[in-house]
Amino acid sequence: MAKSKNKEVLTKPIFDNNPITLQVLGICSALAVTSKLETSVVMSLSVIFVLAFSNAAVSLIRKQIPSSIRIIVQMTIISSLVILVDQILKAYSYEISKQLSVFVGLIITNCIVMGRAEAFAMKNPPMVSFFDGIGNGLGYSFILLAVGFVRELFGSGKLWGQPILPLVSEGGWYVPNGLLLLPPSAFFLIGLLIWAIRTWKPDQVEHEG
Amino acid sequence: MARDSISHTLLVATILCIVCSVLVAGAAVGLRSRQEANKEQDQKKNVLIAAGLFEKGKQTADEVDAIFDASITRVLIDLETGEQVDSDVVDPASYDQREAARKPEFSTAVTPSDGLGGIKRREKYAFIYEVKNDAGEIERVVLPIYGKGLWSTLYGFIAVGNDASTVGGITFYQHGETPGLGGEVDNPRWKSIWQGKQLFDENGDVKIEVIKGTVVDTTTDATHKIDGLSGATITSNGVEQLVQYWVGPDGFGPFLEKLRQNEAGGSRG
Repeated sequence: MAKSKNKEVLTKPIFDNNPITLQVLGICSALAVTSKLETSVVMSLSVIFVLAFSNAAVSLIRKQIPSSIRIIVQMTIISSLVILVDQILKAYSYEISKQLSVFVGLIITNCIVMGRAEAFAMKNPPMVSFFDGIGNGLGYSFILLAVGFVRELFGSGKLWGQPILPLVSEGGWYVPNGLLLLPPSAFFLIGLLIWAIRTWKPDQVEHEG
Repeated sequence: MARDSISHTLLVATILCIVCSVLVAGAAVGLRSRQEANKEQDQKKNVLIAAGLFEKGKQTADEVDAIFDASITRVLIDLETGEQVDSDVVDPASYDQREAARKPEFSTAVTPSDGLGGIKRREKYAFIYEVKNDAGEIERVVLPIYGKGLWSTLYGFIAVGNDASTVGGITFYQHGETPGLGGEVDNPRWKSIWQGKQLFDENGDVKIEVIKGTVVDTTTDATHKIDGLSGATITSNGVEQLVQYWVGPDGFGPFLEKLRQNEAGGSRG
């Protein structure tokens, strides 16, 4: 029983209850860091880490948290974890931390993290909450990687910094689409993804009235 | 004790704050030396890139250190006179150039006031990096440069040959320009365009400029012109302005003038 619940909270958020495409949370960072695959991956890992451990920590002390200060308690835990991630990145992955700049810090305000702490971790035991964090992190990562893949490939003709489509400016044939490197293009891509997922799973479509 | 009582609320808040602050402070203190080393490493690497000494595949910390120590000497100079600063006046070991621009006693107003975009004050003393050949002669100098682009301040280095006019290379190690547009200041191909260009005309005036479009080699003054970055007019203008400022009379001009005279007179050896 407990096992199946762990599995459910781990896999559901990837397609069935994706935080970005269904709940439409965490869009801001999804726009900002997806111009390259590498930054998308590091951002994804950071968010998974923060989500999993903030969920576990909030859940661990959920019976002690006074309801009047619960949001602040959650924020404090989340911010501490984010600062930890930021410091580790600066120490061990300096190049990437330079590229991610403020967006690691902005995980603090990522609605997914707050949302899961408030909606799930406050009501469930630590282990399930931990997996729920990983699951939602994976759902977020799935979108980030998909968008990052398309944007890097068609925006700069590269994947993971390696040239795939030879650019005209470097003697090849591919004219890169500059729009894909700008944040608004992520909106279009996420819109298309939402369309695709809701065509595949029509029960996600919101009905009016 | 009820969960929502005032004393319990205060207790939870206090314990949480202590635990979190220990965690954060521990990480910050524990990792600081590594982070500082990274920053220093990154600077060194970029000095090497500008100097044309950086080799792909030789990018581990030790290799960068080895090349750096073998061929580069760091000197703190007074921008106004172009002379080396006496270590009694400022201790190079503890001098933080970026910090200095913010301190009144170590900084001076940028002239003309719009010479460096929105930046109004610059530091008085700057580190330059002398690149020496095996015989101990200065081949190039690497100068730190910075200025405003579209979104951010760009920080970088420019290498100048010992004639004090030929560009040896340029690189930006920190900026927040749009990836793919202004961010193309990182593009190795674009950076390589700078190599061999002349900063000054025959009269010694700053002539280097970033133009719109591509430079045709047959145009007059092609040797002073750099291709603009397409889709990044403001970044291109910013780069032009900051290079012009830093090699100009209010920037490293006096130092470059000295370098030129020394080379011409052959007094340096």
